[in-house]
Amino acid sequence: MNLLFGRNASLQLRLVIAVVLSGILMVGDKYTSGASTIRTSLNTLVSPLFYFANIPSEFLSWSSQNLESKKQLLAENSLLKTKQLLLNEKLQQFQFLQNENSKLRALLNSTAKPETKKIVTKVLSIHSNTYSQQVVINKGFLDNVIEGQAVVDDLGIVGKVVQVGSTTSRVLLMTDNTHAIPVRVLRNNVRTVVEGVGKLNQVELPHVPHSMDIRMGDILVSSGLGDLFPEGFPVATITKIERDESKPFAKVYAEPIAQLDRIRLLVLLWSQQVKVEKKDE
Amino acid sequence: MILISIFVALVVALIPLPRELQPFQPDWVLLILMYWSLALPHRVNIGTAWLIGLLMDLAIGSPLGVHSLTYSILVYITASNYQKIRNYSVPQQSLLIALFLALYHLLQFWVSHFLIDIYFLPQYLWPVLTGSLSWVWIFLLLRKYRRHFRIR
Repeated sequence: MNLLFGRNASLQLRLVIAVVLSGILMVGDKYTSGASTIRTSLNTLVSPLFYFANIPSEFLSWSSQNLESKKQLLAENSLLKTKQLLLNEKLQQFQFLQNENSKLRALLNSTAKPETKKIVTKVLSIHSNTYSQQVVINKGFLDNVIEGQAVVDDLGIVGKVVQVGSTTSRVLLMTDNTHAIPVRVLRNNVRTVVEGVGKLNQVELPHVPHSMDIRMGDILVSSGLGDLFPEGFPVATITKIERDESKPFAKVYAEPIAQLDRIRLLVLLWSQQVKVEKKDE
Repeated sequence: MILISIFVALVVALIPLPRELQPFQPDWVLLILMYWSLALPHRVNIGTAWLIGLLMDLAIGSPLGVHSLTYSILVYITASNYQKIRNYSVPQQSLLIALFLALYHLLQFWVSHFLIDIYFLPQYLWPVLTGSLSWVWIFLLLRKYRRHFRIR
């Protein structure tokens, strides 16, 4: 029962220590990268939690797969076959065009675009911070994932890797309000930037002059400037333009092309620099 | 035994709810920490809260230190007033918890606002209501758990 007395001073001291330590952590976290050794080992520490929390949804999808009827599977199969046929047909054209493109580039004495390394990864169903938009994927530095890598799905750019653990990493979605991508308009190659605002179905284009040639329905693709996102991936479609001449800039809203609310499988892209480093090893 | 309950809370906090229900998810880990700090303040107090907060930061990807800070402050409040709070009836406690949770969410928003430039949405405060409603169940459940395993 001696615990009842002499506790208060100690509690306050503990609180002060905790507050100071948290302050140091916050500052330290803000000014170091998410791929530092400490951060990576800390992230590795919590990854068992991710796998535990993923079990229920994994179980649900497993049971729904097993309960699917043969008829459904056959229908899906035929659908996928037609899709593959169409894609293959496009791919033939693509190879021809790629050859032609590299020849033309050679004629112009410019460097050809190299193929980049890529792997497929799965999204773990993990609840993330309410204040930021992130997902957890099941690949980490054991699969050579590095911080800042671009992540795409089958339709367009999803985001980039911000924290790496040994078997899991965290992807910041392009709609988070700390995220921006340099883009160009597909129609006329005007360069601009797409910024997230914290909504899953909307992004904004900051500082767009009134005179800029941009229209509803324009498709924005990544411009490759900034060396983070490879060139030419679809990013967003323009959905709304407010040109109020009394304001310094037009307000332009766009909708992400990737289906960010139902991502399941993602592709991790390595930029060329990483590949060169690997060859050196 | 205490650690098992906290581990379960961490896992439950990480299981995603359907998108429509997501804003209503109460902070299970904090509720359980508050219960233990009321029931056994000599075993669970600020140190534990700080560590669990750090784990929570890592697990849900908020800037490091946000949850450690807010958990420590909230557990300080409950652990330093545990004798008063224990004497209230459970509904009264849940009202008090609502007050604490409101403080917690506002603090957390405020700290995150400085770190990652977010804007306030009223929906950030839904967990205050759901959290104080679930306090009744958490309290009764954990009391049974504590008595059953004779945790002291």
